[in-house]
Amino acid sequence: MSETILEAEGLTKEFAGFTAVNNVNLAVRRGTIHALIGPNGAGKTTVFNLLTKFLTPSAGVIRYKGRDITAMRPADVARLGIVRSFQISAVFPHLTVRENVRIALQRELGTSFHFWRSEKSLARLHGRADELIAAVGLAGYEDVLAVELPYGRKRALEIATTLALDPEMLLLDEPMAGLGHEDIDRISALIKKVAADRTVLMVEHNLSVVATLSDTITVLTRGRVLAEGDYETVSNNPEVREAYMGTGHA
Amino acid sequence: MTNGTAKLGTWAGAALLAVAIVLPFVVYPVFVMKALCFALFACAFNLLIGYVGLLSFGHAAYFGIGSYVTAYTVKAWALPPELGILLGTAVAALLGVVFGWLAIRRSGIYFAMVTLALAQMVYFYALQSPWTGGEDGIQAVPRGHLLGIFDLNEPLVMYFFVLGIFLLGFFIIHRTIHSPFGNVLKAIRENEPRAISLGYKTDQYKLLAFVLSAALSGLAGSTKSLVFQLASLTDVYWTMSGEVVLMTLVGGLGTVFGPVVGAFIVITMENYLARYGSWVTVIQGIVFVLCVLAFRRGVVGEIIAFVQRRTVRAPGAATPAHAPGE
Ligand SMILES: Nc1ncnc2c1ncn2[C@@H]1O[C@H](COP(=O)(O)OP(=O)(O)OP(=O)(O)O)[C@@H](O)[C@H]1O
Ligand SMILES: [Mg+2]
Repeated sequence: MSETILEAEGLTKEFAGFTAVNNVNLAVRRGTIHALIGPNGAGKTTVFNLLTKFLTPSAGVIRYKGRDITAMRPADVARLGIVRSFQISAVFPHLTVRENVRIALQRELGTSFHFWRSEKSLARLHGRADELIAAVGLAGYEDVLAVELPYGRKRALEIATTLALDPEMLLLDEPMAGLGHEDIDRISALIKKVAADRTVLMVEHNLSVVATLSDTITVLTRGRVLAEGDYETVSNNPEVREAYMGTGHA
Repeated sequence: MTNGTAKLGTWAGAALLAVAIVLPFVVYPVFVMKALCFALFACAFNLLIGYVGLLSFGHAAYFGIGSYVTAYTVKAWALPPELGILLGTAVAALLGVVFGWLAIRRSGIYFAMVTLALAQMVYFYALQSPWTGGEDGIQAVPRGHLLGIFDLNEPLVMYFFVLGIFLLGFFIIHRTIHSPFGNVLKAIRENEPRAISLGYKTDQYKLLAFVLSAALSGLAGSTKSLVFQLASLTDVYWTMSGEVVLMTLVGGLGTVFGPVVGAFIVITMENYLARYGSWVTVIQGIVFVLCVLAFRRGVVGEIIAFVQRRTVRAPGAATPAHAPGE
């Protein structure tokens, strides 16, 4: 068993009297793919927003590699190596595919505030950008505007952009949503490849994807953790069958 | 940017520069200088709305403070014009730091309201404080000698000095847009949460853009006070903030030349309509409404869109239309 890399204790979020996330405990082990599943409105995206500090928890503690990150700001969390994606695809629509990836790469140059420097100085990132683009199967699309990519390719671009930061941990919010069969297979393979030396926490509705990819599954309903374990354990849990499968998500 | 618009941009730039050099020999130089000051002001404003997506409704504050500081230091302290302008710009930048810091946490209409409220404070300050001359403003500001050599009382010398300042400001803006920093700005405009999730502290980038915009607006105001030898309450009044919005929208928001064209159109209109007195405002209002209804992208924006449509239709053209202003 490997050690815990990201850990939440008693995580709670209240929106004007409504508790979207209620006392959630979560421990993600290093090097695993951990799935967070549950019916619509269960609070999965809210958990992601809390973990990446896009929302401030009402209560609870978040630790990354043993360090308390509860009070951190979202950009700092990203710099620590926890990079998230969004439920609706998050590209920069009117930048080209290469520019999208380059934005992620350019921060490490330390010139991102240099308004007097020519953008030609970013050209040295193109080699790495194109490698990442090829790695997600987008070779040949470098100069296409992101807005013109079909949806499945946008999601691939998003992953390339995320990987450009070389994060230790990826948080993916429904990476398969809206994708056709072929795209699902391609992105699944990509996630598996990426997870070889990284940790992935992912929200996903597609149960066959969850079954094949994940090492651990946490089931959330109405803001609470209902069950946790591998696919076998979770799918045989009667409560889960009733609360989750019963809603027609099987 | 597509090849079509890139080429068009270079040609347009060369043509405009040629026109700018010839213009003072055919038109009253003060008129062109006024237009150049407002063109720079509009370009500075456009940096914020067009490339960061922040609508400031208080840019008169920076234009006005630049105007007052230059007029005062040149007149009361007898500073040379270049130092007076530098000081005016610096004070506008400082004001931009403070106001920007207060405003950038808001977005959309709230951002516009905060900037407007802060600018109104500057207006009342200019009205009340002794050094700004209240209702009279600061009059008879001496233009002096540039670097102690060039007599700026000579209309053509003054003209080329103003043209130089405009080109410098325009170049700074152009470079900013096409810099590593400008790339991050575009990313923030396109998708701010995503930019944050990539580790960018977007507030800091917005603040720097705000300060640059304020400083260049101050530069425009400083220069204007030497052109007219006058700093007055008009410079800091909210209608000045409205005028720069108008110029930018008429010319084409988020395009490189749009604000310049818009400024020339609005200033020309004001010039020729001056004899109709208070009707100027009404006619301006109508033109504005027509612009918004007929060409929403502004004059330059519509031209770019037209060229791009043709480029796309042309055989062999692969790259599709691009958002204006890249
Ligand atoms: N900013 C907010 N303000 C108020 N309520 C919110 C807010 N964000 C989420 N909620 C509510 O919290 C609950 C959980 O939402 P969340 O988006 O986390 O669900 P989810 O599990 O991601 O659902 P889905 O599968 O549909 O994406 C929902 O009832 C939602 O309406
Ligand atoms: Mg969700």
